[in-house]
Amino acid sequence: MFLPTERKTRYQVLMYLLLVGGLVIVAVPFLFMVSTSVKPQQYTFEYPPRLVPRSVTLNNYVQALSKDLFFLYFLNSLTVAVVTTACTVLASSLLAYAFGRLEFPGKEPLFYALLVGMMIPPVTLIIPQFLVAKSLKLLNSHAGLVVVYVTMNLSMQTFLLRGFFESIPGELEDAVRIDGGGRWKVFRHVILPLSRPGLATVAIFTFLYSWDEFPWAHVAIKETTRRTLPIAIALFQNQHLTQWGQVFAASIVGLVPVVTVFVLFQRHFIQGIARSGLKG
Amino acid sequence: MAALTREHSRQPGQPSPLARCLTLLQRTYRARTAYLFLLPGLVLFGIFVIYPMLYSLRISFYDWNVIKPARSEWVGMDNYKTLLISPVLRRAVLNTLAYTVTTVPGQMILALVVAILLDQEIRGKTLFRVAYYLPVVTSWVIATLVFEYLFNSQAGLINYMLRDVLRLVHEPVRWLADPILAMVPIHLLGIWKGVGWSAVILLAALKEIPADLQEAAAVDGAGPWHRLRDITLPLLRPTLVFLLVVLVIGALNVYIPVLLMTNGGQPLDLTHSALTLMYKETFDRLNFGGGAATSYLLTSFVFVVSIVQIRLLRQRMEY
Repeated sequence: MFLPTERKTRYQVLMYLLLVGGLVIVAVPFLFMVSTSVKPQQYTFEYPPRLVPRSVTLNNYVQALSKDLFFLYFLNSLTVAVVTTACTVLASSLLAYAFGRLEFPGKEPLFYALLVGMMIPPVTLIIPQFLVAKSLKLLNSHAGLVVVYVTMNLSMQTFLLRGFFESIPGELEDAVRIDGGGRWKVFRHVILPLSRPGLATVAIFTFLYSWDEFPWAHVAIKETTRRTLPIAIALFQNQHLTQWGQVFAASIVGLVPVVTVFVLFQRHFIQGIARSGLKG
Repeated sequence: MAALTREHSRQPGQPSPLARCLTLLQRTYRARTAYLFLLPGLVLFGIFVIYPMLYSLRISFYDWNVIKPARSEWVGMDNYKTLLISPVLRRAVLNTLAYTVTTVPGQMILALVVAILLDQEIRGKTLFRVAYYLPVVTSWVIATLVFEYLFNSQAGLINYMLRDVLRLVHEPVRWLADPILAMVPIHLLGIWKGVGWSAVILLAALKEIPADLQEAAAVDGAGPWHRLRDITLPLLRPTLVFLLVVLVIGALNVYIPVLLMTNGGQPLDLTHSALTLMYKETFDRLNFGGGAATSYLLTSFVFVVSIVQIRLLRQRMEY
């Protein structure tokens, strides 16, 4: 701000007021979720609503976690998210290397075809994907979730990584080539190590996406024991309408990995968004 | 253009079609490693994006039989005709457009304010940035449940504020029982959850604006409001266009909050969005043809809208 000191102070006060006000609006839903999750059942619906619980209990957590195979759902989500992340990082970095640094006939049309993938609303593909998965016997399986999640991430992540790969100087690649190294060696020993921030961004994005994905899992998984967390939490709320304490206890356990990953890697994350967003 | 190329190819010294074909094959063969790199990704993309797109176009012209696809009956444009005269679809489209009209400007304006504030010299920048982004990483399912709780008619915080604190209403409002009122929590959730993402993108764009531009304007006596209007906003325009397109596409595809909060279109199928209606047609009523037609209508609409937006905004930029 380039202002005289007196007005500057006034602006500063206004700025902090706005920022803190916004913070309150952002925080209130989270605070109520946490507070309700530790309230005894009889107080989850009290009027007027209280943010600070009268008494604190972990009973909701015990109840929710021991109920409905919750631990299994958590494991299911974790497996699917980890495998999806690994496969997406691999497949999209391979694509990004070819599109970013190699020449081959058909490069342009293939790249544009891939970009179309960013324009299609994912949910509109659910019906045909359901039928394809059905005929490939992939319904009701975690493999069915993984292949679709990887595919739905390919366009965006390839696009993001291509930017990173292109910025690596060509001399490094040439040096390996002159020593008789093939493209694969270049990819593994030059491109991948130098693109760690990019790969981290892709990994974080994909992990969060597959941890939270609801529409496809909702359609593809009918078998109770194979459900992922978002499905389980939504159905749980549907069955136990008034058990808000337990619903939120389960939700918070589901949120912990996401928030941890985000807070730990927030710098990567925010750079990644800025980068991919602006280049789109 | 085509005629020109043909003229060219007849000239002496140009390689014959056969020779050109051979060169292409040769180039392809030489680039074989590149295709190996492409293989895993493109195979997946072909099976789970390209093929499904074409497949659902086909389904949309059939009365599709899920159990025995071979027995499906060709109905031509009937699925589309039924949709276009269906009052339920009209209502779903209206709801979706309403969601777009409120949440997109809502998110953009608030995100602009947040981004400008976070671009100033303030304390606790990282804390604010992380906090404002938290709703974005929170899953839609969980965020929807929390809003449902805050808006519940018996003991929800919102009703308490409206009735006992602000004294704007006498009776608790039954938000989710009324098709119009149900839109309020859904739209507010859309804004609450989206602002952080747009703000991060705008913040990155603000950082690209050279500081000396602002300084020079300040020296010339331009106040903060003038600098915002005459320097910041014009320079942010490409980013704003990008945001507008992405947010409109996202809003037209609103799905999870509507599905969960209204229990799939209740009351009376009046609260559907385009996609929850598609879901219900397909998986509850097993009308795969109708569902596919709905998704094609929506996809085409999204394409047209985004192309028109990009065109219009580009034109206005060239001055």
